[in-house]
Amino acid sequence: MTTVETAIGTAKTMVLNMGPQHPSTHGVLRVLLELDGENIVSAVPDIGYLHTGIEKSCEDKTYSQAITLTDRMDYLNPLGNNLVYCLAVEKLLGLEVPKRAQYIRVMMVELQRISSHLVWLGTHALDMGAMSVMLYCFREREEILKIFERFAGQRMMTSYIRIGGVAVDPPAGWREMVKRFVDMMPARIDEYEQLLTGNQIWMGRLKGVGYLSPEELIDLSTTGPGLRAAGIPYDNRKLFPYSSYEEFDFDVPMRTESDCFARYLVRVAEIRESVKIVRQAMDKITDDGPIKADAPGIIPPQREKMKTEMEALIYHFKIFTEGFSPPAGEAFVTVESPRGELGCFIASDGSPKPLRVHFRGPSFVNLQALPFMVDGELIADSVACIGTIDIVLGEVDR
Amino acid sequence: MTQVAKESAGVVVERLRAWNPNAVSQVIEYRGQTTIVVPRQFLRAVALECKTNPSLQFNMLSDATCVDRFPVEPRFELNYQLVSIARVQRISLRTSVSGQEPVVDSLMPVWKGANWLEREIFDLFGVRFDGHTDLRRILLPDEFEGAPLRRDFPVEGKR
Repeated sequence: MTTVETAIGTAKTMVLNMGPQHPSTHGVLRVLLELDGENIVSAVPDIGYLHTGIEKSCEDKTYSQAITLTDRMDYLNPLGNNLVYCLAVEKLLGLEVPKRAQYIRVMMVELQRISSHLVWLGTHALDMGAMSVMLYCFREREEILKIFERFAGQRMMTSYIRIGGVAVDPPAGWREMVKRFVDMMPARIDEYEQLLTGNQIWMGRLKGVGYLSPEELIDLSTTGPGLRAAGIPYDNRKLFPYSSYEEFDFDVPMRTESDCFARYLVRVAEIRESVKIVRQAMDKITDDGPIKADAPGIIPPQREKMKTEMEALIYHFKIFTEGFSPPAGEAFVTVESPRGELGCFIASDGSPKPLRVHFRGPSFVNLQALPFMVDGELIADSVACIGTIDIVLGEVDR
Repeated sequence: MTQVAKESAGVVVERLRAWNPNAVSQVIEYRGQTTIVVPRQFLRAVALECKTNPSLQFNMLSDATCVDRFPVEPRFELNYQLVSIARVQRISLRTSVSGQEPVVDSLMPVWKGANWLEREIFDLFGVRFDGHTDLRRILLPDEFEGAPLRRDFPVEGKR
C-alpha cells in the first residue's frame, strides 16, 4: 500500500486521497490523485484492502472444497468463478462434462452476466447522478437472484457449478420462471436506454471521456467490454469456446469510440445478447439427462446408490476424506466473465491438494489502465473511468 | 468477425527455434496446452520475438504467475500466458528461477500489462524483476515481512 508521503507531488500540484471508503470507488479502492487545479496530473491506484489470501487457502483444501472460495472472489459473478475453476480441474482430470450440464452452465453464467451488468449499470448511473436507473436495475436483478435461489438454494454464493457438472437438477417449474424473465427483459432494457442513451447529461459525462487507443489497451492486457468498445472483437466465448459456446448463435457487440459512452453501449448490447443465449440454452436443456460426468472416485455417488452399493459408499468416503488426485501438470483455462478474461491456473503435483491455484482476475488487470485513462482529465471524470472499467474489489484483491 | 484457422502450437515452437536454436530448452504438451520452457537469460528476448515476429503476433500478455516447487531447486517456475488476438492462439512460456537468487528479467519493456502481474508475484513470492520501473508491494502492506505464497510460509500465517 502506498502512503500519501511517498506519492508524487510538487509545489505546483496537490495530492488528493480518494477512497478507500468512497462510494464511487465501488468497494475499497484507494486512488491517490495528483492534481493541477481540477486536472489530474497522475493517478496511483492503491489496492489490497480486501486481500483475503484465497489463492493460499486453496492450496490447503482438496479440489472440491476450494469451489466455495471461488464464489467469494468476484462476488457479482460467483457462477463464472465456479465455472473457470471447475473447467481448470476438469482439464487436469481430462473429464468430459455431459452436454446437458454444459447447457445448464451456459444458461446460469449468462443470467449471471445480465445480473452483473445490471449492477454495473445501476451503480454507474448512480455515480453519474441518475438515481432512478439503479432502482429499476435492482428490480430486475432481484428476479435473477430468485432464479438462482430456486436452482442452488443460495442467492449469491451459489457454488452451483461443481467439478464434472452442476450440483443438482434444475428445480420443478424452472422453465416457466426463466421464460418469464427472458420475456420481460428486452422491454426493460429499452426502458433503461430511454432513460440514459439519449440523455444529454449522461452523454455529457461519458462521451469522449477516458479514451485509450486499442493498441494501448492490448498492451495493458485490458479485456472485456473495455477492449470491445475499442473495436477489438476479443471474446473468449467466440475465439476460444468452452462449455459448448460454439453451438450458440450470438453476436459480440462492438464500438470503436473507446470512451466511457462506448463501454456503456457495449454492456447494454451484451445484456440483449445474453438474453438470446439464455433462450437458446433453455431449448437445448432436455428435461431428463445426466447433470454430472460419470467418474467414480471424483464425482460423489448418488444417495440412493450409497445405500445399496458397497463401492459407492467407499467412493463417497474417500472423496470427502482424502479427495482425488489429478495427474501432475498445469492447466490454464479462460472464460469470458462480465468484466473480461477470467483465467484460472492450477498446478497439480499429483497429490489431493493443488500445488498452486492462481486466478487471473479481469478486474485486477483492467484496473492497470486507470492511470492512463484519467491522465489529463478532470477529477469528476475519474469517477466515470473507475465506473466503466467495472471493477469488483473482491476479485482485484482476492 | 474474421475467424482465422488455428495453427498448431508446434508451428510457434518451430519458428522460435529457427530464430534462435538455444531459445527453447523444452516443450511440454499437456491436455492440448503447449508450454515452451525458456532459459532464464533468454526470457525477455523470446517474449519480444513472440510479440514482434509478424508470423507469431502474440500481442497480449494474458497472465503471469509463479509456482513454488519448494524444496526442489530451482524452486520458482514463472508461467506467462500469451495470446495472439489476430491469430487466435494461446501459448505459455515458462522459466525457472532459483531460490538463492530469485531474479528474472521484467517483461514490462515488452508489454506494459506485465506491470501489476509482476508486482503481484514480487509481493507474494519475493521474486524480483530486473528492469521493472515500479517494483513495490501491491496487495500486502509495505511493512509485511515474508512472501506468503511460498510453500514454506504456513497457511495460517506466522505467529
